[in-house]
Amino acid sequence: MTSAVEVKEYPSEPLKCWEQAKSLRKNYYEDYLHAHEKGGLRWAGGAWSFSSIPAGLGEDVYCITGEPYGATVAFFKDFAAKCHDATEAAGFPRTLCAYMRNYWGSILLDKYILTDGTVVDGYPAPDFIWQDHICCSHGKWYQLVKWLEKKRGKEVPMYCVDVSVGYPSDFSPEEDYKVNYVVEQLSDGIDWLEKATGRKYNDALLCDAVWNEIKSTSLWAEICALNQAVPAPLDEKSMYSLYVMGTLMKHRPECVAFYEMLTDEVKDRIKRGVAAVSTERFRVITDTQPPWGFLRIFREMEKYGVVSVGSLYTHGLIGMWQYQPDGTWTPKPIPPIKPQTREEALQTIVRWTLHKPEWAHFYQPELKTKMMDSIVKQWKVNAVLLHYNRGCEGLSVHIAENRLGLLNSGIPVFPFEGNMGDERDFDLAGTMARLTAFFESMGLKKLKK
Amino acid sequence: MTDEMITAGIDVGAKFAKVVILKDGQVLARAKTLMGFDLLKSASDVFEMALKDAGLSRGDIQRVVATGMGGNAILQRPQINADETVSGVVAGAAGAFQVVPTVRTVIDVGAEEGRGIKVEGGKVKDFVINERCAAGAGTFIEAMARALEVKVEDMGPLSLKSVNAIPMNAQCCVFAESEVVSLIHSKVSKEDVSKAIHDAIAGRISSMVLRIGVEKDVVLIGGCALNPGFLPPLEKELHTSIIVPEFPEFVSALGAAVIAANPQR
Repeated sequence: MTSAVEVKEYPSEPLKCWEQAKSLRKNYYEDYLHAHEKGGLRWAGGAWSFSSIPAGLGEDVYCITGEPYGATVAFFKDFAAKCHDATEAAGFPRTLCAYMRNYWGSILLDKYILTDGTVVDGYPAPDFIWQDHICCSHGKWYQLVKWLEKKRGKEVPMYCVDVSVGYPSDFSPEEDYKVNYVVEQLSDGIDWLEKATGRKYNDALLCDAVWNEIKSTSLWAEICALNQAVPAPLDEKSMYSLYVMGTLMKHRPECVAFYEMLTDEVKDRIKRGVAAVSTERFRVITDTQPPWGFLRIFREMEKYGVVSVGSLYTHGLIGMWQYQPDGTWTPKPIPPIKPQTREEALQTIVRWTLHKPEWAHFYQPELKTKMMDSIVKQWKVNAVLLHYNRGCEGLSVHIAENRLGLLNSGIPVFPFEGNMGDERDFDLAGTMARLTAFFESMGLKKLKK
Repeated sequence: MTDEMITAGIDVGAKFAKVVILKDGQVLARAKTLMGFDLLKSASDVFEMALKDAGLSRGDIQRVVATGMGGNAILQRPQINADETVSGVVAGAAGAFQVVPTVRTVIDVGAEEGRGIKVEGGKVKDFVINERCAAGAGTFIEAMARALEVKVEDMGPLSLKSVNAIPMNAQCCVFAESEVVSLIHSKVSKEDVSKAIHDAIAGRISSMVLRIGVEKDVVLIGGCALNPGFLPPLEKELHTSIIVPEFPEFVSALGAAVIAANPQR
C-alpha cells in the first residue's frame, strides 16, 4: 500500500569484510584465467564437485566452478543475452539450465567475463574436467563442454563422480555401501587425475583441502545460524555475495579464513544490534537461486520493512546442517580428528558431503519442506517467497509440493515465476505488482523514507 | 467505518476506469469510462462523472483510494489526488466481501489479469494471478472476437448457442489466435469456436484458481463476469455454483472505497 507509515529503525552499517569478499572473488576468476602463465593447471567442474580432490595435484591448480560462473554471466544481462543467442544458434533449446547455457555461450563466443563485467577475449579452456553428477544437467553440462572444446581444437579429459546414492538419515553400517560407492570412485579418480595431468598426487595436500572444505562449509552454516537474531545482521542479498566463496573455493585456506573473519563480524553486529535492513519488521525466506539480473527486488522489499534472512538454498547450498534430537536444525560440527591418510580423507569428505541439505531436493521433497519449516520457525520468519525457477530444474523440482507443505503448516507462501539466468523469463513489473499485493495481504504498508 | 464519511474508490484498469463513491456503506454513485491514452485524463474524467452524479465536489470526499494497474499514476496528482493505492487483490477481496459477506473465494477476471483470491472476513488469505500471457484475461476474448469478426459483446451469447466441445489451447494468446484461424478455415461454426474460446479461458482460470483451493461462496467479479458465455464453463470446470454480484466490474472500485473508509484497518 502506498500510504506510507513510520517505523522504528535499527542501526545499520555496511559489512567491514565486503571489500575482502569482492577481492577474493575477483582474484579467483583472474587466477583461473592466468593459471598457465604461472605454470599452473586449470580445471572446470560444478560448485558441488569434490574440489578438495584435485587440490592434491599441487597448490598451483585453479578451478572455475560452473554455476557461479553462469550466475556471474547472468548478472551482466547484456553479456548473458549474447550467450543465450550463441547457445540457441548452436542448436540448444532455451528450456535447458540457464547457468549451463550461459557457460556454453561464453565458450561459443570465446569470451570470458570477470566479476567487474570486463569481457576478455579468448575463453580459457580447462586442462581437465572434474565433475559430479547429482542434478539432471550436471554430467551432460560438461560432456558438452568437452565436445565444444574439442571443436575448438582442445581435447579435455573428463571425470564425473556419481553421487546418486540417496540422502542418508544417518550412517549406520548398513549404509556404508553408499559411502564406499562414492569413495571408490574418488579413489579411482585420483589415479585418473595423475594420468590426465602427469603430476604426482600429494596426499598431505588432499588432507589439508578436505579439512578446509569441512571447516568452510561448517562455518558458513554457523554464520547463517547467527542470522536467527532480531534484527538480522545479514540480508540475503548480501549473503549471496558471501556464500559464493564456498561455491568457488571451499577447499582453500582463504575461504576458511574469510568465513572465520565473517563469523566474528556477524557476532559483533549482533552484540551491537546492527541490522542489515534498518527498518526490519517482517522476515521472509526465499527458495532456489534468485533471478540474478533483478536483485533489486530485495531493495523493493526493504521499502516495506521486509528482510529476507536467507533460504534453504543460501543456507544449505554449501553450509552443512543436521537435526538435533530435539528437532532443531543446527550447523553440523566438524569431525573431532583431521584425516591423516588418503583413505581417511576420502571417507571423511564423502560422509560429510552426502549430508548436503540441497541434495535432499533430489530424493525427498518432504525433507526439503521439513528443513524449510525449521528455518521458518527458528529464524522467526513470517512468510516464504518461492521462486518457480524456470532456469534450474534441479532445484525447482518438487517446489510446488514444498508450497503445499508450507501452506499446510500455516505459513504464508508467495510463489513467483522467473529464471535465475535468463531475463526473458522474468517479468519485473508483474512480479513487483504481485509482491506488493502479497505484502498488502500480510498487512504491510510502504514505509516513509 | 467513520460516521458520515464519504469516500471514493477508483479502479484504473487496463481497459476501463471505474469509480464508486460511498457514504456509510451505501453507494452514492458509480461511473466508468474507456481508458484513453492519457491515463490521468481518463481517470479524472470518470472521477468527475461520478462526483457530478452524486452531486458532490472533490472537497466533499474525505479519502480516495486507487487500485488497478494505473492506480499509482493518480496517487497525489491533481484532479483526483488519491490518498493511497491498494493492489487489485486486496481491493477485490474487500469489495467482494462488501457485496457477498459469505464469500471465501473471489475470481476476478478483468481485461489484463485473471486472479483467484482466497478470502476470510474480507481479508486476503492467499491469491494467485495469471503469469504474463493475457490468455487468462478479457483481452483474450477481445482478440479472439477480432479473429472471428464478431463484436466482443456478442461472443458470450454466441457461445451459448453451441453444444459442441472443441479443445483449444489457451496457454498462449498468440497460439490460440492461430488455432481460431485454423478452426475458421476448417468451417467450424462461429458458435462452436466461440464456445471453445470460453471453455479455454474457463479452463485456464479454473486451473489457476484450483492452486489456492476453491471454497464456497465463490464470487466472480471483473468485466468478464458480464459475459454470459464465461460463467457456465467456469462453473462446470470448478464443479461449483458461482455468484455474480450486481455491477461486477465495479467491485474492486467498491473495495477501494471501503478501504478508504477504514484507514486504520
